[in-house]
Amino acid sequence: MIIGIASGKGGTGKTTVAVNLAWCAPQPVLLLDCDVEEPNCHLFFDSKLQHCERVCIPVPALDASKCNACGLCSRICEFHAVAFMGQTPLLFPELCHGCGGCTLVCPAGALKEVGFEIGVVEVSDAGSCTLVQGRLHVGKALSPPLIRAVKHFAVADHLTIVDSPPGTACPLSAALSGCDYAVLVAEPTRFGLNDLGLVLESVRQLGIPAGVVINRAGERSDLARVFCREKGVRVLAEIPESERVARECARGRIAAQTMPEIRRSFDELWAAVLAAVPPRAARTGGSNHARQ
Amino acid sequence: MKVLVSSSGQAMHSKLDPRFGRAEFFAVVDTETGQFEVVRNDQGREAAQGAGIQAAELAARLGVKVVITGHCGPKAWSALSAAGIAVVSGAQGTVAQAVDDYKKGLLKAASAPDVKGHWA
Repeated sequence: MIIGIASGKGGTGKTTVAVNLAWCAPQPVLLLDCDVEEPNCHLFFDSKLQHCERVCIPVPALDASKCNACGLCSRICEFHAVAFMGQTPLLFPELCHGCGGCTLVCPAGALKEVGFEIGVVEVSDAGSCTLVQGRLHVGKALSPPLIRAVKHFAVADHLTIVDSPPGTACPLSAALSGCDYAVLVAEPTRFGLNDLGLVLESVRQLGIPAGVVINRAGERSDLARVFCREKGVRVLAEIPESERVARECARGRIAAQTMPEIRRSFDELWAAVLAAVPPRAARTGGSNHARQ
Repeated sequence: MKVLVSSSGQAMHSKLDPRFGRAEFFAVVDTETGQFEVVRNDQGREAAQGAGIQAAELAARLGVKVVITGHCGPKAWSALSAAGIAVVSGAQGTVAQAVDDYKKGLLKAASAPDVKGHWA
């Protein structure tokens, strides 16, 4: 069972929910940190690095002696990673999305694909939790291939939690595609609910069933409950607003471990999620957004 | 010799657009005959990335020898250099003034990009 944690808006508590869920899990879990621009699940665990691998995307390399200056490579590139300047193609690997189009259309065999490292995947042992995180190299802009490399570690018949990046674009769909269920973390503010609406549209397009957890719940929670009712999405659990939770988080501690009332919220969340996840065979698709 | 000026309008008296890749228009001026042509930069303005590279390709296709603009980033710079196109950055005022200043030798070709990408 693969459960994705998403939010649309940043800073609503995705990582807090992901690490607390992992801690409260009824059985050993795989925790995949797909927020590869800023992975921070590791801050909450005393973990031991077991394995690290480099992740590369295929980018073109030019054999100038074979180039017939036809310019097709530049014309097919949507991302301006190949510029055709007079007689020479000029390559910008940092703009390349690794689609392979230029190599395919080159009639002279002047382009071949070489690996361009964009980041690493690190696997750590954190006791009852195995943590897999992607780390995008500084200066690299293309995260979906790295997110997919982290996702390769997901195991459908094992409990897997995916901490997604914020937003609703390609990185999110790379993180959520293949998930059985999405837990959407929302804060009860107008800004938070606006972005909850956006991420809800995204998961519906991906064909992934979803429920909402209201984080920092309190006086304003009615705003979120009404919003969820109108949108036809279930509220799975509420995590009460508390300065102590914020303190625990800031110290890299899992609040459910030290605060019984928070533990209760997450037990409730687990029960709701396990009851809500449809059996795998019943899933109706979830389009494959493998490539951008 | 043909020079290209990044422009915010379609006339010689239009204000120069300080951005190269994301300028609204490109004014192509023949410094000998004064002949003047305007090219819209819709593709570059709407590009998610690589606007400068795309503009440089366009400049090469138009056969210009010099690009006169406000600022030029590193990718546009390498593309223009590869095509042997000189870059004059730091130009201001109208398209006509920029071309005049260049003809009078008041504007010199730059020897390096003057901004990082996505500066504007």
